Amino acid sequence: MFLHRASVLLLTLGFTGFAFLMAGPRAGLLVMVGLGFGLVLEGMRFGFAGPWRMVVTDRDGRGMLAQLIAIALVAIVAFPLIAANAGELSPAHAPVGFAMILGAFVFGLAMQLVMGCGSGTLVNAGSGNLVGLIALLGFIGGSFAGTLHLGWWTGLGTLPVLSLQGLAGSTGGLVLTLAGLGLVAALTLARAAPGKRLPPARLWIAAALVAALALANLVIAGQPWGIVYGLGLWGAKVAQAGGADLAQTAFWAADGNAARLSASILTDVTSLTNIGLLLGAFAVMRWRASPGAASQALTLGSYGGVLIAALVLGYSARLAFGCNVGAFFSGISTGSLHGWVWLVAAFAGSTLGIRLRPFVLRPAPARGAYA
Amino acid sequence: MSLSRPLTATLAIALVAAILALDLARSGAPDLFTAPAPFALGSGAAPEGAHCTGQ
Repeated sequence: MFLHRASVLLLTLGFTGFAFLMAGPRAGLLVMVGLGFGLVLEGMRFGFAGPWRMVVTDRDGRGMLAQLIAIALVAIVAFPLIAANAGELSPAHAPVGFAMILGAFVFGLAMQLVMGCGSGTLVNAGSGNLVGLIALLGFIGGSFAGTLHLGWWTGLGTLPVLSLQGLAGSTGGLVLTLAGLGLVAALTLARAAPGKRLPPARLWIAAALVAALALANLVIAGQPWGIVYGLGLWGAKVAQAGGADLAQTAFWAADGNAARLSASILTDVTSLTNIGLLLGAFAVMRWRASPGAASQALTLGSYGGVLIAALVLGYSARLAFGCNVGAFFSGISTGSLHGWVWLVAAFAGSTLGIRLRPFVLRPAPARGAYA
Repeated sequence: MSLSRPLTATLAIALVAAILALDLARSGAPDLFTAPAPFALGSGAAPEGAHCTGQ
């Protein structure tokens, strides 16, 4: 066990130092923030897709309430911080549109089929879940593919970017955000069964830590926590290495994206936190006395279904302007109206996805068993 | 098909490492002289990073 733990320290500290030396102190700090996310999400079992499923199937609202608490804590600090430092910090605002709503619905559906959302996919892969590894591959490909068609999809009908700050001012926007979170919390409590309402101490602590890390992300990077952009960028890098001319595409020809494409991944904010998150989840799994049993084996067809669902997951996340992290968590906590629309659409999709799970995730027959 | 957790996680890390190595080989190492300040807050510079909400 000593060797396992020593290797964990070597890997995590080594990559943090590598990022620091190669790309500067901000890169090193962002890897540390990502590591923190991975440690908390995996170590304290704080998630997104699972708690949404539990609300529906088990009438258990504790995980969902923990998410809302974390978002509220971030909002309380982020609203005034961004208002006072608008030149240095940017919110996660995006427009509401037909494709955005469809994307969020499909994302919610697909995340139940791959057993993880944006952050969940990285956590699952890092902690050694085979479905998570396959989902990561699909997510990278899907989110890159989504960038190639984003202009067509947004052309179907998109409103201007609307924020609660824009509608009611910074303080008014924060009040509206907290009221909205309170409403969702009340609905969750009404749905939850007795004994499954108040989060345990573990989830309160996890929510506070996730909020602190999200605020650290904002202060260090100048932008809220995100996942999808980095994975799409990785797909673009691979496609470019394979000979694709991405300068011909509208998305990658845009100034900011072209700059990211030509620069090292070590200078991309979401890539750094994504890598840190995956390594953090790995560290938790390897630090334990036992890494745990292998994830339940599925049929080959199910693994194929997971790959397709993950491609759809990544593609839809791009259309929805973010996943559970970039759109739901960061969007709502910084006042974006699209975050609220994303929540409604994705939850509806998630409810449908829960019903489809038994058809996609089929356990492999036990060895030696007769069919 | 069932792989142990450590092996599966190692494959995930290897995937990311391969993408990172491919990128470093093509894009080169970042220029440390143009590296941003450690903290965006207080730096006086506008955020340059890309986010999922971008178009």
